[in-house]
Amino acid sequence: MNFQLTKEQELVRKMVADFAENEVKPIAAEIDVTEEFPMENVQKLFRYGVMGMNMPKEYGGAGADDVAYAMAVEELAKKCAATAVIVAAHNSLACWPILKFGTEEQKQKYLTKMTSGTIGAFCLTEPEAGTDASAQQTTAVLDGDHYVLNGNKIFITNGGVADVFVVMAMTDPSKGNKGISAFIVESSFPGFSRGKVEDKMGIRASSTTEIIFEDCIVPKENLLGAEGKGFNVAMATLDGGRIGIAAQALGIAQGAQDELVAYVQQRVQFGKPISKFQNTQFQIADMEARICAARWLVYDAAYKKYLSSQGQKISYGKESAMAKLFAAETAMAVTTKVVQLHGGYGYIKEYPVERMMRDAKITEIYEGTSEVQRMVIAKNVIK
Amino acid sequence: MQNFDSSNVSAFKDVWVFCEQREGKLMPTDFELISEGRKLADELGVKLVGLLLGDNVEGLAKELGGYGADKVIVADDPRLGVYTTDAYTKVICDIIAEEKPEIFLIGATNIGRDLGPRCAARLHTGLCADCTHLDVDVANYQDFLRNNSVLAEERITKTDSAKVLGKPHDVAKDLKMTRPAFGGNLMATIICPRFRPSMATVRPGVLKKGAYDETKANAVEVVKAGFELTDADLQTEVVEVVKAAKKLVDLVGAEYVVSVGRGISSDVEGGIKIAEELAEVLGGVVGGSRAAIDSGWLSADHQVGQTGKTVHPKIYVALGISGAIQHKAGMQESECIIAVNKNAAAPIFEIADYGINGDLFKVGPMLIEAIKAAKAAK
Amino acid sequence: MKIIVCVKQVPDTSGKVAVKPDGTLDRASMQTITNPDDLNAVEAALKLKDETGCEVIVVTMGPPPAEGMLRELLARGADRAVLISAREFGGSDTYATSQIIAAAIDHMGLENDDIVFCGRQAIDGDTAQVGPQIAEKLGLPQVTYAQDIKKDGDSLTIQRALEDGYMTIKVKTPCLITCIKELNEPRYMSVGGIYEAYEKPMEVYDYNLLKDNPLIDVNNIGLAGSPTNILISFTPPQKGAGQMLEGADQATCDKLAGILAEKHII
Repeated sequence: MNFQLTKEQELVRKMVADFAENEVKPIAAEIDVTEEFPMENVQKLFRYGVMGMNMPKEYGGAGADDVAYAMAVEELAKKCAATAVIVAAHNSLACWPILKFGTEEQKQKYLTKMTSGTIGAFCLTEPEAGTDASAQQTTAVLDGDHYVLNGNKIFITNGGVADVFVVMAMTDPSKGNKGISAFIVESSFPGFSRGKVEDKMGIRASSTTEIIFEDCIVPKENLLGAEGKGFNVAMATLDGGRIGIAAQALGIAQGAQDELVAYVQQRVQFGKPISKFQNTQFQIADMEARICAARWLVYDAAYKKYLSSQGQKISYGKESAMAKLFAAETAMAVTTKVVQLHGGYGYIKEYPVERMMRDAKITEIYEGTSEVQRMVIAKNVIK
Repeated sequence: MQNFDSSNVSAFKDVWVFCEQREGKLMPTDFELISEGRKLADELGVKLVGLLLGDNVEGLAKELGGYGADKVIVADDPRLGVYTTDAYTKVICDIIAEEKPEIFLIGATNIGRDLGPRCAARLHTGLCADCTHLDVDVANYQDFLRNNSVLAEERITKTDSAKVLGKPHDVAKDLKMTRPAFGGNLMATIICPRFRPSMATVRPGVLKKGAYDETKANAVEVVKAGFELTDADLQTEVVEVVKAAKKLVDLVGAEYVVSVGRGISSDVEGGIKIAEELAEVLGGVVGGSRAAIDSGWLSADHQVGQTGKTVHPKIYVALGISGAIQHKAGMQESECIIAVNKNAAAPIFEIADYGINGDLFKVGPMLIEAIKAAKAAK
Repeated sequence: MKIIVCVKQVPDTSGKVAVKPDGTLDRASMQTITNPDDLNAVEAALKLKDETGCEVIVVTMGPPPAEGMLRELLARGADRAVLISAREFGGSDTYATSQIIAAAIDHMGLENDDIVFCGRQAIDGDTAQVGPQIAEKLGLPQVTYAQDIKKDGDSLTIQRALEDGYMTIKVKTPCLITCIKELNEPRYMSVGGIYEAYEKPMEVYDYNLLKDNPLIDVNNIGLAGSPTNILISFTPPQKGAGQMLEGADQATCDKLAGILAEKHII
């Protein structure tokens, strides 16, 4: 048993923390209001190797391990949850399935781009297929050397800015889950278009849109994995993706706690800083313990995913579900309490904690609601 | 420089000051240094000599005499008109090797701090950078410590002697060079016991310029230095000297300084506007903490603090400055410090003469009105 | 072509500075950072590397833990690191330090198209002396306070900052340049750089390696070889506490203005 971080992990944390402090924090409040996608920072994150950081060097990645990745997302989320999810969706939901299930040609073609400036996204959810992914209505019909895709996907993170999409579509609607296939779709393919841009409660600077396929022509060689194996691709991707969201939630919680610790030492009431009141101390203590517990759940899941990527026969589906469930509920609980302890100042936009509270909510919903996580965990426990 | 031995301490005599000129004009720090050099020379009972390098600068010597120089050595050459490291170092080191001064002071300007270390390395002697206080006389030095340190008396009295290479050394003849270190958290007094000259660069604006004496000015002895300098000695070429187009803030000489810090982050423009208005009402200038400069809110020439300017105005107003130790280092000698900060626990209040615990965006405009009114009532 | 960048690990004086009861600095309780100006020097070198593909070597003199700082600089993009570390070098003042670093650079071998970069000054001592003194020991031309650097063949055109402007200086390689924060915006480490940093070469130059170098006089290193001695160090007294004014309204401000007028300072 060894809880020691590697030197590389420590430096990744330091580097991303520096970046978040100097580049992300100064614009976080503004882009929350304007909903402007932080393209400049995202391009810098490509340059510094954070976008696509887990991809192997031969595809232009940094070859970083999964714990370092979780730490990077955590550090970004401390200052801006929107920036964190842009990175998480790109790395976990777009790059990873191509690396895991792609052919060598697909990896060469797409991953080299996705480590050097091209943003990726993942399309599973549909108006009628949320938690029940098997209710997919987007279809893909093989026509000679290409598939023709029809349907629309909603709530797609990075939807407005991505140029490479991993898309789930039914190749055989009669087979349910087993009729789903995964495709790599470029935004330049004929019949691809972006639809409605969502106006969200939180993570407002991230781009969440509808993606529409109208007789969209996808070359046959862009089938990702075998035909009919799309559900497996999606579920495996989400198993890993949950670690990114768990890390995002952890970062939001820690960021709120950091704000609170600074605030309670400044804020004087009844003649003393409110940090001197036992209620403040106890609440901070409870939150600290909970955040630390969440951290180890997240790192444990990330570490197991790393071991799995190194060829060890180890599963991490339960761990990532637990990490996401616990970290997301921690983020929501912590930010709510932090707003409360800020009093009126917590409710106004001059302080970042109201944004953090709005941002925290989505972590209980996307990439599997907390209820889905409980289902996954229970299924792994009750066998 | 042949046969020059910096360790033959007793062969060295007199106090020298490097008198920097730019475009044929003496720098303000020259007069501070000459005045201070006068004090040191008197303590040692030796002559005070100004060393002036330039192109046709002999005429400047008289003014240096007026502030206390007994003698001015002038090195005139077209190659010395504009400062270059190589020409100045060669000429100065050659003259020093010949004349052997025991103390050599240089203003810690951007030029002095380029020149000083290069000369010290060539002469094989010690240099203390950016000094804020100088003494030779031990009793004077110990009085300085009594007033400016928290040292116990028994430690102060022991400063008449130092351990040098394991042996006790009497510091009576050594220049005691005091300077801040570690962001002003510590002061250190440095000596150069085994080598001469004892060299120091001295922070501009800290030492006081003395009174000008016309009689002394007329009595100053001017000596033309002999030296060898050829184009081959110069490894760099000065293409041009450009004055910054932007209006530079004369923080050092200002009587009133209104500085802003991180506290204006929520409305940078508004915060600076308040500071400008308050500065205008007072008749002063705007400065900033390192946070304000690093964030790009004000240009670097506005910075007050350890890495910026040291100011000692009549009134220093700190708006939204928490009072980090390195900021205090640059302003704590102000006659009167007024701090406005939302955070009642901000360290700035520990050194403020008057503190207002409030929002600078609200208090600032009210203070402007109050001072306007008070001035009008006079 | 190679660029050698001299860097220093320093206590972070922008944070909480701890002073022991005897007036010396409690270094153990302070965070260490790479000296800020040195990061500008490293960035200047990396920019030239981006343009020319030259090699960038970072050099520091310090205790073994300074390796951590060097790894961070390798993670920013430097190619090699040299740690000059020996008990005999401890206690060196700027004169002695510059001699040792100059000997280390001489040991690496300085060629005609090489450049040495330093930060203007370190935030612990603020002396700004080591750079020029290394240049003197190596017989190199120096340009300090560089705020802009342009390279054209073996010629560098540098803007050297003055208090009220700048001079433009032309100098040929090899030369030594000290950098100020106006020169550039230091880049961050990159993730890829971090994973390569621990594979890049890290050499340790010890006493035995350097003691016979012609630039080193073994009597002139360490504490014994330093021309300057510290007579005493002390903490300045805190100015006596002033007064907090009550309230933060117009009446408070009027009262303050009244006091200032009474004291004849406005």
